[in-house]
Amino acid sequence: MDLTFSEQETAFRDELRGWLAANPPDPRPADGGEEAEFAWRRDWQRRLYDAGWAAPAWPTEYGGRGVTPTESAIYFEEIGRARVPFAANTLGVLLGGPTLMVWGTDEQKERYLPPILSGEEIWCQGFSEPDAGSDLASLKTRATKRGEEWVVSGQKVWTSGAQYSKWCMLVARTDSDVAKHKGLTYFLMDMEQDAVQVRPLRQITGEAEFNELFIEEAVIPDANVVGGVGNGWKVALTTLMNERAGLGFALQIRLRQLLDDLIAAAGERGLLEDPLCADALAEMHVRCESIRLLAWKGLTDVERYGQPGPEGSLVKWLWSDTNQRLTQLAGDILGAQALTAGTSWSYELLRARGNTIEGGTTEVLKNIIAERVLGLPRLKVAS
Amino acid sequence: MDFGLTDDQREIQRTARELLAERAKPERVREHAEESRFDAVLWRELSELGWPGIAVAEEHGGQGLGRIELSILCEELGRALAPVPFLPTVLAGTLIEAAGSAEQRKRWLPGLASGETVGALGILRGGTAELVIGGADAQVIVLVEEDGAARALTPAQAEVSRVASIDPTRSTAQVDVAPDAGEALTGEVATGVDRALVAVSSELVGVCDRALEMTVAYVKERRQFGVPVGSYQAVSHRCAQMLLETEKARSTAAFAAWTADADPERLAEAATMAKAAASDGAREVTASAIQAHGGIGFTWEADVHWLYKRAQLDAALLGGATQQRARLAGILAAQTRASPVA
Repeated sequence: MDLTFSEQETAFRDELRGWLAANPPDPRPADGGEEAEFAWRRDWQRRLYDAGWAAPAWPTEYGGRGVTPTESAIYFEEIGRARVPFAANTLGVLLGGPTLMVWGTDEQKERYLPPILSGEEIWCQGFSEPDAGSDLASLKTRATKRGEEWVVSGQKVWTSGAQYSKWCMLVARTDSDVAKHKGLTYFLMDMEQDAVQVRPLRQITGEAEFNELFIEEAVIPDANVVGGVGNGWKVALTTLMNERAGLGFALQIRLRQLLDDLIAAAGERGLLEDPLCADALAEMHVRCESIRLLAWKGLTDVERYGQPGPEGSLVKWLWSDTNQRLTQLAGDILGAQALTAGTSWSYELLRARGNTIEGGTTEVLKNIIAERVLGLPRLKVAS
Repeated sequence: MDFGLTDDQREIQRTARELLAERAKPERVREHAEESRFDAVLWRELSELGWPGIAVAEEHGGQGLGRIELSILCEELGRALAPVPFLPTVLAGTLIEAAGSAEQRKRWLPGLASGETVGALGILRGGTAELVIGGADAQVIVLVEEDGAARALTPAQAEVSRVASIDPTRSTAQVDVAPDAGEALTGEVATGVDRALVAVSSELVGVCDRALEMTVAYVKERRQFGVPVGSYQAVSHRCAQMLLETEKARSTAAFAAWTADADPERLAEAATMAKAAASDGAREVTASAIQAHGGIGFTWEADVHWLYKRAQLDAALLGGATQQRARLAGILAAQTRASPVA
């Protein structure tokens, strides 16, 4: 057991930290709404790209630095610590690119990877549907072959950044006569066509991070199939596995920052002397540190044994639950400030409710842990 | 960064688990608990293998290994609920090693390392230490006061009365002392207590692990309404929660054991965290184990209750979760003052 970083890892952290300190993003735009905010994040991605910091985990042949999983985690910790925005094309960089690296043809990699990294082409994820959430494989959006192209109709939901996107990672049903997991195909759909309508989905925070997609006879060339017809479930799993990997380290640092802010705020109010308040904050500290330890343990298992342990699901569960408890505790400690619209604490309080749903609901995570980690029998459900 | 055990540490773990699976079977644990006496044969065997002295310096007759190795043994003995005074003996040794003078170390540690001397560690309040685990069997008792004062004494220097706790797999005693009884330990008492917290936390990790293992095995077998009860999410999600609590305890205890040897400046924070997580976790996990076993879990024969009882005693030992969090909050407040958040 050695819980220190190597010289190389520390040098990597120092270099990045130095660069972030010397090259901060512009201040967040005060007005201009979500459009202005997205433009700001796009600009930030461009600066990361120009300095070679857009995706250190990508192999060097694709414009990354080919860093180790540990260094990649350090990268996200530092991104979180510096309180810089997430790059505009985070989904392309974290999900789309790595999926293409595994399943894409040489032509696809050559065509799509460079503009993902530079942020010139934004990517979104068209997986979930109104009737296919946790049970993703039951999705109904249909793609039918017509000559050299596919014609797609259906509806997608929870599509972040769709209004800014050029490409959509779309999973659609191409065969209804086989078992539900087997009849799916993974496509890259051009969002710039009239057959794709984007409707913002206003969430409980009042903003619209997500969208609904209404797809009516959209056209996708056959060359945009990823990983072969009928192989969409496996390709989608590659995307989903990447969903929980890197970002977790940045989110965990943000949780830590929220807690540090809250401890400081409690201190200013003299509440650290209050036994109930002190108890609750100390409990949050134990949880935050457990998350950090479990996340790092999961990562080092990947490096050591080549596969993740059960920690991935545990970390996401514990992080989301803790973020919700922490933002509610902020309400107890800060009072009106945490409940006044427009404050960052009120935003965090509301946004946290999504954490236990997005990227795998807590209920599904518990199923995964029960079945795949503990080996408990699966309850038979109607298929 | 590497969370894994070394090959040597794995070997210690494997050997301990195999030996205890053989020598501390549930029926043997129950037999000794019912007779309220420890397993002297097993204790002699473990002592001959050098277990009590694993983390004691070689110059005092120990093996001179680290706190991680000690934690491995604590966890395995906790898993097995072995009815031997291992934990109280290593806790007493830990305090004497950290806070004793050269002469005191030389006098006490060889016996504690060889297992010939049984030790105990208690918290002294107003002249009385309650529920001192191992106290009725101990030849040396270390008592720590809340102001950080510590002393070592023999049973002859105190009034030791055996008390039946809810956990009869180990002896417990009330120890009453005169204000000047025994001899003061004037060294690093706080370090000793923090190291002791880590050892207790590790034992609790073993208790959690065993409770989860027994529960998972049971709910796979037990059928109601024609299916294994473990296929119901009300039950399987409870088991998932048990794993989460266990892993929280395990990761914080491992971190604390590592800091004890490698990063002593963080030991106080890490040990406090570990004891808070392990105390709450083990009480919850073992309570869940009884619930998931259903009616059978409430019976004497099912053996789940020993884990619950051990968890209760260890959770209270050297301060429960609430007390640890109060201390942790003090550490955090001091850090906040030292480096205000920008």
